[in-house]
Amino acid sequence: MEEHKLRLVIVGHVDHGKSTFIGRLLYDTGSLEADKIEEIRKKSNQPGTEIEFAYFLDHLEEERVQGVTIDTTQVFFKTQKREYVIIDAPGHKEFVRNMITGASQADMGILIIDAAEGVAEQTRRHAYILSLLGLKRVMVMVNKMDKVDFKEAVFIQVKQAIDNFLSEIGIKPNFYVPISALNGDNLVHSSVKTPWYGGRPFVEILDGLDKDIDTREGYLIFPVQDIFRYADKRSILGRVERGVIRKGQSVKVAPGNQTAKIKAIERYPLEVDSAAAGQSLSLILEDSLFVERGNIICDVEHAPKVIDSFTASVFWLAGKEFSKKEQLIFRCSTQETGCKIEEIKRKINSSTLEIIEENAGALRELEVGQVAIKTKRPVAIESFSDSPELGRFVLVRGEHICAGGIITL
Amino acid sequence: MSHLDELENNSIYIIREAYAKFRNIAMLWSIGKDSTTLLWLIRKSFLGRVPFPVVHIDTSYKFKEIYEFRDTYAAEWGLNLIILRNEKAIKAGLSSEKNKFNCCTELKTNALKTGLKKHDFQALYLAIRRDEHGIRAKERVFSPRDEDFEWDYKNQPPELWNQYKLVAREEEHLRIHPLLSWTERDVWEYVKREDIPVVSLYFARNGKRYRSIGCECCCNPVSSEADTVDKITEELKTSKVSERSGRAQDKESDYMMQKLRSLGYM
Repeated sequence: MEEHKLRLVIVGHVDHGKSTFIGRLLYDTGSLEADKIEEIRKKSNQPGTEIEFAYFLDHLEEERVQGVTIDTTQVFFKTQKREYVIIDAPGHKEFVRNMITGASQADMGILIIDAAEGVAEQTRRHAYILSLLGLKRVMVMVNKMDKVDFKEAVFIQVKQAIDNFLSEIGIKPNFYVPISALNGDNLVHSSVKTPWYGGRPFVEILDGLDKDIDTREGYLIFPVQDIFRYADKRSILGRVERGVIRKGQSVKVAPGNQTAKIKAIERYPLEVDSAAAGQSLSLILEDSLFVERGNIICDVEHAPKVIDSFTASVFWLAGKEFSKKEQLIFRCSTQETGCKIEEIKRKINSSTLEIIEENAGALRELEVGQVAIKTKRPVAIESFSDSPELGRFVLVRGEHICAGGIITL
Repeated sequence: MSHLDELENNSIYIIREAYAKFRNIAMLWSIGKDSTTLLWLIRKSFLGRVPFPVVHIDTSYKFKEIYEFRDTYAAEWGLNLIILRNEKAIKAGLSSEKNKFNCCTELKTNALKTGLKKHDFQALYLAIRRDEHGIRAKERVFSPRDEDFEWDYKNQPPELWNQYKLVAREEEHLRIHPLLSWTERDVWEYVKREDIPVVSLYFARNGKRYRSIGCECCCNPVSSEADTVDKITEELKTSKVSERSGRAQDKESDYMMQKLRSLGYM
């Protein structure tokens, strides 16, 4: 069995069948424990359906009573090839914040569309969010084919409609599968009802995919989380986000110009000579520099840009709207400083991609603004396409994270 | 990097983020395999030290093996151990016989509430995992609780790109969940890899073992012959029964876990 788990986020418009899709998938792959199935069987009381598959995920009382997913959740299923983590995301407009929380943890997106209803508002918005999050791998499931008598023409129509939208946002799905989550057609087993469909059932396609690991090669990026003092040592705590760090290496401590040499690298309880991206460790520098949380330790020759003015795409998440020149806090990796949005050059509707306004004065929930940001202190950043770790940020107002953003420079 | 390495490195990142922002923090240790694993990860995060208190909520009904294990390792690892007990309720003889919801609330949740007020902790580390219970699956990594310990599950903060809720209002406290993405099997495989000590109750004796431990009265063992960590991981590969199936408080009524958690339970 393959070592790595593949993380999938299931997105799409409300009631297009995401939760049923997942529930059915778990059930058909034998990934559910007998006592859980029994529990759900007792609780499902819809006439005609023996088991309410959505109940496997919608655990909150409010979710079951209203039949609506409120928050994201994660469940696991496995095949012979590997284990999968399924992240369910709410489809309702009100819960986009929760959908983003779920989607930001995924390797790949599964977009579910109701064949009878077709491409809807959240179908597009979710796809757009996936592209903002940098999730390029997307599979499209045209669901509820049972409602349209498994007609090929309907499948083609839906496929065309979503394909047009996806190409506008730079996503090219590799697979489109006609399914019925309720009855299990083309989920685990090929369906006899879709003889015109020449592809494989969903799970088989999944098993055929590669994990596509980003090796995170490149120049060193080591954001400092904290300084830990004990005995007479000052250890720098953090995780290598990109590149490799080595004992004896000369490094720069951004955003300043100080340089130092790495004296020791510890991955408790061991001391090591080098460490790669993804590894949490503690460092001791040869020189006694003042280092603090928010510093970015990087390669002397290839340090990130240190600036206080840049452009970005910002997706506003908070209910309370934002007005230009309001003071906010900018957080990129462990860096944190005050900031202002000087200009909202244009803002767009995250579902239709239409330009709502140019030179706007405010940003509302679910709107995306192309903005000019000015930070109080210079920060070490990169454009998102060059280095995602230093190219994405959140904006905080008070104690709340209000927006996510991608730096375009 | 292996899957376990990824989980370990990410958990250490989360643990350190919380400590960087909330110096007045503590860890809840139930002495089970998950919280002992969390303790192990915390020691790895801070060069072998645990720079804050470790709290045990003692209902007085725990298995004796749990008390023994606690005292042994608190000493060995030099822990600053705080034991919280709802003495009043224990003296009054409160037990799970009549009403489990009440017993859990009084002896666990309320003992914690009192302890939190006394020590004024801004944040608490807990070892809960998403795959333990459908309600826990809805959790955030940094999850706020208001002054009444209530969990506003309908209005949770967004979390993306390792950016967490790092500011809390004065009356709030935050629950930090570094093991949220770990599964039961991940924990056992990590226990095996690191040789982490765990309470003997997890291992089979006379054809039975505990998959999940808590108070003696509300925990039911499962049939098993797995008496080593290796056998347990093998058993988990094919098990068709869920981990908490032997925990009585989950079963008492529909949505009991949700109600318990909305009032501040773990």
